[in-house]
Formats: sequence, structure tokens, C-alpha cells
Amino acid sequence: MKNVKSLFLTILALTLTAGCGASSGSTASGSGESAGKTVYRTLDEIRESGTVKIGVFSDKAPFGYVDENGNYAGYDVYFAERIGQDLGTKVEYVSLDPANRVEFAETGKVDIVLANFTVTPERAEKVDFALPYMKVQLGIVSSEKDPINDVSDLEGTGKELIIAKGTTAETYFESNHPDVTLQKYDAYADAYNALLDGRGAGLSTDNTEVLAWASVNPGFVVNVAALGDVDSIAPAVAKENETLLNWLNDEIKTLGEEQFFHADYEATLREVYGADSNADDLVVEGGVID
Amino acid sequence: MQDTGLSILFRGINFLRLLQGLWVTLQISLISVGLSFIFGTLFGMLMTVKNRFVQAFCWLYLNFIRIMPQLVLLFLVYFGVTRQWQISLSAWSSAIIVFTLWGTAEMGDLVRGAIVSIPNHQYESAAALGMTKQQIFRFVILPQTVRRLIAPSINLITRMIKTTSLVEIIGMVEVLKTGQQIIDANRMQYPTGALWVYGAVFVLYFLVCWPISTLAGRLERKWR
Repeated sequence: MKNVKSLFLTILALTLTAGCGASSGSTASGSGESAGKTVYRTLDEIRESGTVKIGVFSDKAPFGYVDENGNYAGYDVYFAERIGQDLGTKVEYVSLDPANRVEFAETGKVDIVLANFTVTPERAEKVDFALPYMKVQLGIVSSEKDPINDVSDLEGTGKELIIAKGTTAETYFESNHPDVTLQKYDAYADAYNALLDGRGAGLSTDNTEVLAWASVNPGFVVNVAALGDVDSIAPAVAKENETLLNWLNDEIKTLGEEQFFHADYEATLREVYGADSNADDLVVEGGVID
Repeated sequence: MQDTGLSILFRGINFLRLLQGLWVTLQISLISVGLSFIFGTLFGMLMTVKNRFVQAFCWLYLNFIRIMPQLVLLFLVYFGVTRQWQISLSAWSSAIIVFTLWGTAEMGDLVRGAIVSIPNHQYESAAALGMTKQQIFRFVILPQTVRRLIAPSINLITRMIKTTSLVEIIGMVEVLKTGQQIIDANRMQYPTGALWVYGAVFVLYFLVCWPISTLAGRLERKWR
């Protein structure tokens, strides 16, 4: 028994060390900067290398996905391609999950995270966000036969809500509606399959996502389409990577002049949301949300 | 012709992509398995050394790796090392390191178990025949140990192959992630596609693991 106890203590100590390392990560990279040792690459270093590493979703159509020819595509990827073009570099895509986006940006494993990344204060402590290029709220999709018309339908009724780990939906329900029983999945693909199989009463994530999904899945409706605050979606870079952050902000302002994100919407989102949809509901030009 | 979910497997280069994903899975798992067998054998022999410090070290290593979920180890090696020491390991090396660390611990314990399971009279009889310590190990203990190792190490290999699907968390696209990409890209047109794609992934895993366990069965019969 003594052995077991000491083992737990050892592991606890190791975990704590790792945890402290995580929280002091930003200061470590700051103090390391003077020694010329940083986790991220500056704008010049990226240009010199000839390749910018951009983290996108690879299973979240229509924002970031891989088409049947093995090429990355979607709203975020359309923007990423333009970034590569304007930087004068090739783009290397890295496939991200909702749950690892912060870590990828924080440790500089990718230069830019462009994975439908909603700006939150918690995330902003660990990564630096550029100006927004999109806006969203939360929505809940549910079966037509047993629709969820309000969050109260989920509270104390034994109905479970499906969410993907690490998303805004998870944080929102945990802090604002702790009575709602959540069913969590690592990948979006699994979460939607769970809904199709009836393993939960509804699924919540960004309204864009649930609206698009419900429009092509007969029998499912979105009766809660605007939940929580208006969130902005922005590119993220490692903390203190100012050269890259400033370049991105300038880029987004410049692109606003040519209404780039409206063109992006037409190219990637129009066919999903339909002819009647309004680009201004989602698109943000020049980094300004009105 | 009715368009079933099956056809999404053959749209564009989808099937080729699954095979490419399988190749990634195979590379990581086979390299890790190979390294684990080498280091695991050494580690297993080290575990039988009767020295308090060596035993304490082995015990700590084995239990640390065994208790830590592989997912946590991947995060620690891929992100944690960068955070702590600003050293950036590629996803490839991180995956190989983690799966080798894990395989070494598990294989080591199997080797240790096999060695100590050889009854004492085998050592004594061989010694009575005048064999040296090296000879006893090489001609008496080792052959019996290897035979006892076949079944459990095949279990370990197939388990390692399947567990490599976790590497998608550090940005690698292996066979299961490719499957999820295909399901997602087609989920609007083919809502039933998931069944077919996961089915194909199952068949691919089976085709990899089945020959390995067949080979093991043969070896076991041959060496009986």
C-alpha cells in the first residue's frame, strides 16, 4: 500500500511540474526571447523558409475540410490560400481538432491557427488573436419529432446534449447551464453520428454549423439559432509574435477594401446556406463588427 | 442506379487516401514495435536484476507509463517539451517516442514475466550438466522464453497498431482520421456514408492485424 501511495505522489508531482510549465509558458518564451530562443517564427523567418504553416480543420465542412481529391478546401482555407499568396510563400496545412487548437498556436507548432477559432478571454490569455473575419452565435439542432425549442427543454428532463470537446458550446453550457447533461465527443464527425443515432436529444455548436447541417439532413431542425453572445472568429498566433500579428491585422484591413470575405462567402458558403442566405450575417470585413 | 454510401469510397482519390492513411499508421506502429522489441527485451532483462535501485527505477518507469494514458503522453512529448524547453519535436518523432516508451514498458514486463516463469530446476539441471551461465541463458532459458512470449507480444503489436489512431491529436492524418475527413466532406450528400467508411477502415485494420496473428499461431505450433 505504501508503494501505491508513493507512486501517486510521484505522478502528482510530475503532473504539477508539467502544469506549472504550461502556465508559465508565455513568460518562458518571453524571457527566452532575449536569448534568441522562442517557440514561434517571426514574419521574416516564415518568409525566409518559403512555407507558412497554417492549422485548419480537416473535417469541418464548409470551413475546413479535405475534398475527394485530397485537397484542403473551405472558407478558412480560401483565406489561408490568400495569406500564402500575399506572404509570397507556400502553405503547409496541418489538420487540427477543436481540442488542440490552443496548444498548436501556443507552442508555435503552426504559425497561424485558422480553424474557425472563436475569440474567448480564456484563449486570449494563451494565444494572440488578430482581427476577426467572421462572427457567430450558438445554435441547437434537434430532431423534428422531439425538438428543443429552448434551453429549458434540456434542464432536469434527462435529455442529453451532444457537443464536441473544446468548443465554445462546451464552455457556454458548463458555465451558464450546469444542469444540462452534456455528452462529449472528440471529433465533430462522431458527434453528428451520435445525433443521427439518437444517442442525444440535440447537438449544440456554432449556429452556422448547425444551420448548414440541418438544411441537408431531413428530419432535423434548428429551433434555437441565436444563443449566447455574438462571438467573433479570428486567426490566432503564438503569444508575443507581434510581427506576424501586425501583418495579419494589416492584411485583414486591406482585404476589407476589396470585400474579400464576401467573395470567400460566395465561393465556399453560398452553396451550403442557400441562395436566400445573407452573407452579412456571418462575414466580417476589415475586422470591424457592427 | 441507386447511389449508396459505398460509392463515396471510390469518389476522386478517396480510396487511395485511405491507403495513404494506413501507410502512416503502419509506419508509426511498425517502427515503434521494432524499437519496443529491442528496448523491451533489454528492459525485461534489466527488471530481473537483483539490485534495489535498478528495481526501483524499473518499477517507477513501468508504472508511470502504464498509468499515463497514451493521449496524455502524446500531449506531454509534443507540446509539453516545447513549452518547457523550447525544443520542438516533429509530430513524427513525438509519436515514435511515445509509442516506443509505451511498447518498451509493456514488452519489458512481458519479457520479465516469461523469464521468471521458467522453473528453477531448468537452471539447476543445466548447471548440473556443466553449462556456463551464458550457455544456460542462450540454450535453455531463451528458447523457452521466446515461446512463451509469442501470444502476449502479438497482443501488444495489434494493440499498438490500433492505438496509433491517437496521433491525430498531434496533427497527423492516419487511416482513421482520413476516414473521418471523408465522412465529413460527404456528410451532406451521403448521410449513411459513415457506416461504409468505418467499415472500410475496419477491413483495413483487419487486413493488417490478421496476418500477424496467423503468423503467431504458426510459430506457436512449429515451436511446440
